[in-house]
Amino acid sequence: MRRAAGERPSPETPEARRGADRTAAGPTAGPGQPGHRWRRHRGFVAGLALVGLFVLASALAPVLAPADPLHVPTGAEAATLLPPGPHHALGTDVLGRDLLSRVLYAGRVSLAVGLGVELFAATLGCLVGLLAGYYGGWLDAVLMRATDVVMAFPSLVLAIGLIAVFEEPGLDKVFLVLGALGWTTIARVIRGEVLTLRGQEYVEAARAVGVPDPVILVRHVLPNCLGPLLVAATIGVGGNMVAEAGLSFLGLGAQPPTISWGAMLAEGQTFLTAAPWVAVFPGGALLLAVLGVNLLGDGLRDLLDPRFRKW
Amino acid sequence: MRVVRPVAQRLLALGPVLFGITLLVFALNAVALGDPARAALGQRADPEVLRQLRHEYALDRPLVVQYATWIGRLLRGDLGRSYRQQRPVTEVVADRLPATVRLALAATLVSVVVGVGAGATAAARPGSGLDHALMGAAVLGISTPVFWLGMMLALVFAVGLDWLPVSGYGGGDLAHLVLPALTLGALHTGTVARMTRGSLLDVVRLDYIQTARAKGLAEGTVLGKHALRNALIPIVTVIGIGLADLLVGAPLTETVFAWPGLGRMLVAAVGERDLPVVMGAVLVFAVVYVVGNLLVDLAYLVIDPRTRAAD
Repeated sequence: MRRAAGERPSPETPEARRGADRTAAGPTAGPGQPGHRWRRHRGFVAGLALVGLFVLASALAPVLAPADPLHVPTGAEAATLLPPGPHHALGTDVLGRDLLSRVLYAGRVSLAVGLGVELFAATLGCLVGLLAGYYGGWLDAVLMRATDVVMAFPSLVLAIGLIAVFEEPGLDKVFLVLGALGWTTIARVIRGEVLTLRGQEYVEAARAVGVPDPVILVRHVLPNCLGPLLVAATIGVGGNMVAEAGLSFLGLGAQPPTISWGAMLAEGQTFLTAAPWVAVFPGGALLLAVLGVNLLGDGLRDLLDPRFRKW
Repeated sequence: MRVVRPVAQRLLALGPVLFGITLLVFALNAVALGDPARAALGQRADPEVLRQLRHEYALDRPLVVQYATWIGRLLRGDLGRSYRQQRPVTEVVADRLPATVRLALAATLVSVVVGVGAGATAAARPGSGLDHALMGAAVLGISTPVFWLGMMLALVFAVGLDWLPVSGYGGGDLAHLVLPALTLGALHTGTVARMTRGSLLDVVRLDYIQTARAKGLAEGTVLGKHALRNALIPIVTVIGIGLADLLVGAPLTETVFAWPGLGRMLVAAVGERDLPVVMGAVLVFAVVYVVGNLLVDLAYLVIDPRTRAAD
């Protein structure tokens, strides 16, 4: 399939991107110093702020959390499904645990899975993309067909199926599964970049003076792919966070006592009528975090990719 | 017939991808940890029954033979027997497929009607407050985790306002379809809206649109008749991409709304480690996805003559 093998037209095609850029930067955005451009991009700034807040809240969770997220109060202090109030800013869950603390700690899990999985997947994707693009030939053919096959599955469906391989679900399995499936986009992006870089004079010069291939790839080719890599990896982080939450929501991800926004939402659904806050807050946190990462990714693409620069 | 060659090429390219899909689905069983057959039959299963089951599925033979046996059955339309339900997987899938198809069609309708409408409205006055509001809503729609959105819609329209049922299939009652369709369609609605706006704005700048305006045609006719038609190409693309969103969202949406579809069946089967059902469901999802993409490719050939020459 032409579309599957080549550049799959994504919702973020030049058209959509330029459209989004117009909204974000306004029609008057003109030439200026680099820093000026970055500061003027409203989506990027908003994304950066949200992601900064998310990272900060996760890092400081032990300080910010008013209570132990796993502490189940009993006896006189038992407080199940309390609505948000002075003692519990976001209320409590069915076991009386403080929701604010749980939302904060779940953010750490989400951030760790989002970044950790992407680190693994991006490394794999870079390796595949570099090898396929640089060497071409049968290696390229085999690697790209493998990429086609993995991409021929709706991603979360295959992830759900792969969880069945393990005897028990768990966050570690989510990590493995998402990492094993998440490399394809980056592999294609890097391969595309390498195809244009491979013929550049400085690469040929390096080869001519006898620089070994791995050094050429890592020192000369990879650094020139950093922009697109950063964009794809950022969007990947958001995807990983949503996928982890989805799997945990379905009961196929994080298991107690691990706290995950997805797992909290599954609990929340049970008490949707009696205690809607149990579902509202973890989901709201997930939405803000993912929105931030997506805005950051969109902004990075507008700002880093010269093809979509209007000036 | 210049269309025949590119069509044949796309059909041929399908072969390796389908082969790869069967390999990956087969691998789900081949690499499964523990002993799913034993787990399914229970610890006290009759060893004789177990041996029979293994023999029937060639589980006691080398992997190549297992794959050949499995693919042979597959080609005859035999997906094996469910470990848990004691009936053919094809029957289980056939039971659940109609509900998923119904939900997916309704969601597509939502996303195309609302998405194209919102995108065209935004494009009519780019930079206006309405444009910003609609595009903001689109980004929000794309970033909102589908299962959380479903719960929030249920909270407002079912629990709060009591306009619609909270969940269930309702024997095909239309009211039961509304919330799941809105939920599943939301993600894609945002994408369609952004794409429609972007591609309309690009087309509007072209010369022939200026000509149409210069002729004194009404703005509605210019946009509706001349611009929209050319903007159709990226819109078809995005509808094709929507298929991925639909298939990925199906397990989540169906779980939230207790919708008796293929997605919820897959999740349940993973929980029970009913591997034949897992494999069958994943395979059906993948084939639907691949065939859907093929249809989009073919639609391209019809709409855009340039794609015919490109090959």
